[in-house]
Formats: sequence, structure tokens, C-alpha cells
Amino acid sequence: MKALSQKRRHPLAVLALLVMALLLTGGLYAVATTTNEAKAETTTYSAQDIEEGQKLFLANCSTCHGLNAEGTEAGPSLIGVGAASVDFQVGTGRMPMQMQGPQAQVKPEQFNEEQTKQLAGYVASLGAGPAIPEDEYLDVTKGDSANGAKVFLANCAMCHNAAGAGGALTRGKYAPSLMGVDEAHIYEAMQTGPQNMPVFNDANITPEEKRDVITYIKALDNNTDPGGFNLGSLGPVSEGLMIWSIGLAVVIGFTVWLTSRSA
Amino acid sequence: MSSTTDYEYQPRTRSGRIANFVDTRAGVSPMVKEFGRKIFPDHWTFMFGEVALYSFVILLLSGTFLAFWFDPTMTSLEYHGSYVPMQGVEMSGAYASTLNISFDIRGGLFLRQLHHWSALMFVMALSVHMLRVFFTGAFRRPRELNWVVGCVLFLLAIVAGFSGYSLPDDVLSGNGLRIADAMLKAIPVVGTYMSMFMFGGEFPGLAIIGRMYIAHVLIIPALILIMIVVHLFMVVVHKHTQYPGPGRTENNVVGFPVGPVYAAKAGGFFFIVFGILALLAGTTTINAIWNYGPYDPSPVQAGSQPDFYMGFPDGALRLMPGSWPFSWEFTIFGWVLPMAILLPLIPIALLFVAMFAYPWIERWVTKDNRVHNVLDRPRNAPFRTAIGAAAVTFYAVQMMAASSDLIATHFHVGLNDVTYWLRAAYFLGPILAFIIARRMCLALQRKDREIVLHGRESGRIQALPHGEFVEVHEPLDEYKRYRLVDFEDYQVQPARANAKGKVTGMEKMRGRLSRWYFEDRVAPVTPQELEAAHGHHDDHEAVGAGSHKAQLDK
Repeated sequence: MKALSQKRRHPLAVLALLVMALLLTGGLYAVATTTNEAKAETTTYSAQDIEEGQKLFLANCSTCHGLNAEGTEAGPSLIGVGAASVDFQVGTGRMPMQMQGPQAQVKPEQFNEEQTKQLAGYVASLGAGPAIPEDEYLDVTKGDSANGAKVFLANCAMCHNAAGAGGALTRGKYAPSLMGVDEAHIYEAMQTGPQNMPVFNDANITPEEKRDVITYIKALDNNTDPGGFNLGSLGPVSEGLMIWSIGLAVVIGFTVWLTSRSA
Repeated sequence: MSSTTDYEYQPRTRSGRIANFVDTRAGVSPMVKEFGRKIFPDHWTFMFGEVALYSFVILLLSGTFLAFWFDPTMTSLEYHGSYVPMQGVEMSGAYASTLNISFDIRGGLFLRQLHHWSALMFVMALSVHMLRVFFTGAFRRPRELNWVVGCVLFLLAIVAGFSGYSLPDDVLSGNGLRIADAMLKAIPVVGTYMSMFMFGGEFPGLAIIGRMYIAHVLIIPALILIMIVVHLFMVVVHKHTQYPGPGRTENNVVGFPVGPVYAAKAGGFFFIVFGILALLAGTTTINAIWNYGPYDPSPVQAGSQPDFYMGFPDGALRLMPGSWPFSWEFTIFGWVLPMAILLPLIPIALLFVAMFAYPWIERWVTKDNRVHNVLDRPRNAPFRTAIGAAAVTFYAVQMMAASSDLIATHFHVGLNDVTYWLRAAYFLGPILAFIIARRMCLALQRKDREIVLHGRESGRIQALPHGEFVEVHEPLDEYKRYRLVDFEDYQVQPARANAKGKVTGMEKMRGRLSRWYFEDRVAPVTPQELEAAHGHHDDHEAVGAGSHKAQLDK
């Protein structure tokens, strides 16, 4: 112990302390997040969660959604929207909204998982609504991508594009790209119909079919693009741009080269 | 060289004997003599027709391969190939075989992509070639008919592309067919019958893929081939045009003979085009049909667009207001006229008629019926360049409108706003393009005049003994000057009375058009002007605006 205290003014002492502090906070954070994940599997919320959630709600959401989530002119009522809505809207960073506009934009999440869960618990306590999906329905190894493709092409591709690349809706609204979206968020979007999306309830698309759809979207996501660069999976427009820009430029380059040694 | 001797050539080597055997039977040497000595002027803008031709050859080669495996049937079957997300899905034989070509036939996906990229290259090269011909005035006498043949080829290329795009029977191609069906049905009186004949009953039926297939692999390629032969034959008859330059006249062609250098260049160019297309096909996805799924008439997917050459009718339909400010549907004698579809197609039809007729329109307005083998630089025909720019803009606005949804998502603007802006551009764009292109041409011509009269600005400033500063202008050499002064100086041809002494309404219109074409013009520098400019060269440090005006008004 004496040896250690004697070295406390060593030039590297600060560095050593810093490394130790980083390791400690990192380790604590890792423990904390894993415990969070473990808790997220259960759909019950403790009274403390709900209380914390209400505090967060009052500080961050009540300006638009009202002090009791009853809704104002600036935002809808959240009574009965369920935990799934909160997990989607807050978990993807759409809420709190960056700005008023045709629809909420995706941005880096403002709350961590714990806080999102507390908010979800508070909103779920206001009235019955769709809960966060169980892991069973998010497991793509259990899904059938062929059936998923069928459901996807019949229900989703009109707005989200056949390859899930997204598409335009009227007056500045749009269907976002589905690439890189978390399984739970895809499920919750189908179930709650966020922004301009219609609701696909369990009678419409069963939880198993929702899992198939997620499986298909993940298959598209992990697709190795058998044909090479996919040009954004946007179809003939990007192909046309390709041929009129790079294709034409290369051809012109060669024609100029071929005729440069003229008479 | 004497043609009347009985002397028969006796080859001494083995290969000589073989060559002589073939020559004396097939008569090759007269052909080589004729074609091998054809002169082709060298200019990079003359090579787009070649690119189109080579793309067509590649299309034939890759298409033949695809035809070995493609099954043009619409009977449904269950897919069991190696593309997992489609396994067990019911689909037509056409779609299943296209999936097989893409995933189970060795090299199939590469050749499918090669075929599709070549199709885009074919239509693009053809379009660029047509623009070159138009803007340089190469369609003038004696080449009016060849222009018409070229226009027919352009239409055939579009039909060929569209019929091929429709074959895989995926959702995207089915949507395209549905729009074509709607356009057919919109034609008054005969439309419904034509649609029924085409599809063998109600859309989609079970006949269309087989019919499209025969059209795509036999009828249209055969027509294209015939038209290419006619086109090239006329190029040989007319000889190639050339840009103005020293020693180039209406009665000669300055360039290289086909044999041997030019033939080698052209042959090599084929492989270059093949290489570009193979590189594209090997690295870049085109028409990922596996994403779209088998055709089903109910869904239309986001981002459904035709290939670029069919973009303009699609865009025209997108620009047309739906039911606002009133319903565009009229009923006359029990026939329904769906104007929401018919109306936007009328300007397109007129554009195509004008395209075919343009050589005659210009001949009528200019009263110029002379043979033109020397091309115009686009700036030296401001009226024509401006008309072309307006037409291209009109076409491009509609083509852009076909991608309005992607413009909206990728530039973060509202879809409706894109449509409103493009509607404005549909009407104002061509007018603006006309004015801007014409002004640019006139300005470039004035610049040319200035360079001819006063030489190039060298950037060197001299102080004269009395304190004046002047910039030294370097005079042009004769060859460069020739290119700048040798162009057709069209004048306004006012309306004239005919043999009966009457000025007809038609003639009055022609007179007005002629004035519209040529009232603003810049005349080429005359030798006298050049002499005068050189005579007191030292006095000019800059060109007075007044002297320019005088030249303009002449």
C-alpha cells in the first residue's frame, strides 16, 4: 500500500486513473444495459418505472401531448396507444419530434432503453393498448421468408418499394426505407401504424405472418445483391441515370480517344 | 489496271490460291475495292450511330442465349428454384424461367443484365446520334429519307425495349403493360377493341406474354435489322457528311478510307463497347425482378417506373391533373373520351409528327433545296438549335415527371410540389430553352466574328510610348479562321406571290415563320471586312459595340 501511495505523483498516475475510471464506468454501463435488456422481456412495469416515466413525460412530451397525455392541438392523445407505440416512436428517435412537419423524422434516439421503457410503462398505464412484442415473434430463424415475401408484396411494397427502399407519399409525407430497422420496431410499426402508416392488426396480419414479413425484410437487408451494385434498389430511374451519366461519359471518352489521332 | 486483257492472275502461295479461289467465286475484291475505299471523316460525334449498331449486335447475341432458357408462358406453376424468398410461390412460367435464368443457369444473370444494359445503351446511343444529326443539320437534302428511317428506328427501339421489359411477368412489367393497356383503351371508338385483340380478351389474360415474345424476338428485331440495312445503304449512297473546314466542300469527303485503318478502329470500337457493357453487366444490378414478385394486377409498388425511354408518356400522365378543376371525361354519342389520358398524349404525338416532318418543315421555311454535305455547327443555325433545345426540354420535363416520387424522397421536397413545378416547366421550359439556346448561339457567333476580325486576346498588355495601354491580339491562322467563317448565311425570305399573283395564306405563314427564324442573325465575316479590320488593326484595342451592331443589321 505504501508503494502505491508513493507512486501517486508518478507522471503516468493520471493516465492509470483515467483507464481505471473508464473501465469502471464501461463495466457498470454494460451490466446496467444487460439488466435492462433482461427486464425488457417482461411486459410488466413496476410502479417506480411508471412514476419515472411520468416525470420524463411531463418534462419532454407534455407540451404537445398534454399534461395527462390527453392530447392538444399540437399532438394526439396517447391514452390507449400502448407501449408498442412508445417503443417505436421514442426508440427510433422520431419522438420527441425534431420539428413539426408532414411527419416525424428519424433522428438519434433521445432516451436510453431504460428511459424508453419507463415512458412506455407510463403510457401503457393510461389505457390498454398494444404491448411490446414478445421475442418469439421477432425471431427471424423461425420465420418463413417466402410467405413473408407474399404478405410484404401484397401489403407493404406499395409504399415502401418492392425492395424496401422507401417511397414518396403525398404532400411531403413518405414511407421510409426498411433497411437496418430493428425487428421489434418493424413489428410495432405494423401493429400501431405510426405517422401515415395504416394499422395491420393481428386479425389482418397474424403475429406469425408479421414474423414472416420481418424475416423477408431481414433477408432483403442481408441480401448480398446477386447482380452487383444495387443502385439504391430504386429500379429503372437509377439505371437510366447510370447509363446517361457514367455510361455516356465512358463512351464519349473512348470516341474522343479513337478520333484524337485524326488526319 | 487495264480491264480488257485476258490475263488471269496465277497465285503462287498456298494462301494466295485459297484467297484467289474465294475471290473468283464470291467476287470479294470489287466489294473491298468499293467499300474499302469509302472515306469516313473522323470526328467523335460521328460515332454514336456505331455505338447503337454494336449495342444491337450485343443485344442479338445475349438475347439468343436468353431465348434458350426463357419460357414465354403464362400458365401458373409453383416455384422451387434456389431463390429462397420465392419458394413455393405460384407464378407464371415466364417469371419462373426468368428467376431460373437469374439464379440457376450458369452465367444467366450476367447475360440478362448484359441484355438489359445493352438495351439502355442502344436507345441512348440512338438518341444521342439523332440529336447530333439534328443539331448539325445532317438531315437536309439529300438525307431527308434517311432521317425518316432513323426516326422509324427510334420508335422501333422503344417498342423493342418495352416488349422486352414486359416479358418477365413481374409486378413492375405488369404495371407497365397495364398502363399501355389503359392508353390503348383511351383511344376513342377503336381503343377497347384494340386492347381486346392485343390481350386476347380482358387484361391481362393468358396470351400477352407469348405474343410479346414473338414480337420481341422475331418481328421487331427483323424490322430493326431491315431498317439498319436501309439506313447504312443510304449512308453509303449519300456518303458521309463532314464538318466545315479547310479543303472540305459539298463535293468531297475528307477523311480516312475504311480499309485498313478505319475498319480496324471500328472493329476495335465494337469490342470497347462490348467491354463497357460487360463491365456494367458484371458489376451493376439492372431490373432485380426477384424483388418485385410475380405479376398480380392488384398491387402497384412504390417507385414503379418504366425504363428511361418510356419515361416521357408515363411522366405526361403523372403531370395531367386528375379530376381537377373538372372531370376530364366526356361522353360523345355514347363514346367515353377519357381526356385525362388522351390529352397528355396528344402533344407527344405531335412532337413525333414534327420530328418525322422536320426536314420538310425547314426546307419549306428556308426555301433551301440545295444539297448539303457540309454540316452546320449548331451555333451557326440558331433557329434550329433553339427549336431542338425546346423539344429536348419538353421531352426531358416529361421524363423527369416520371421520377417525381424519387425526386421528392431524395431531395426532401413534397411530391405535390414537384408535380406543380414540373407542370409549370412543361409549358414554360420549352419557351425558356428556345430563348436561351438562341441567345447563346447568337452570342457564340458574335464571339467567332470578333476572333476572326481581331484575333485572340493574348493576355499581354503593351504600354505605348504615349502612355496608352493596349492588349495584343494574336491573329488566327488561316485554317482556324476557315472554320469560323465558312457557314450558310440564311436570310429572311418574305412571303411572295405565286404564279397567279396571289399571296396565299400558307405563304404568308411561311413568310412569318421565316422572319421568326432569321430576323436575328449574325453574318459570317466577309473578306472585305477582314481586309478592313486588318488594315487598321493597330487602332483597335477593343471592339466598339457600335460596329458590331452595324454588322448585325446588315
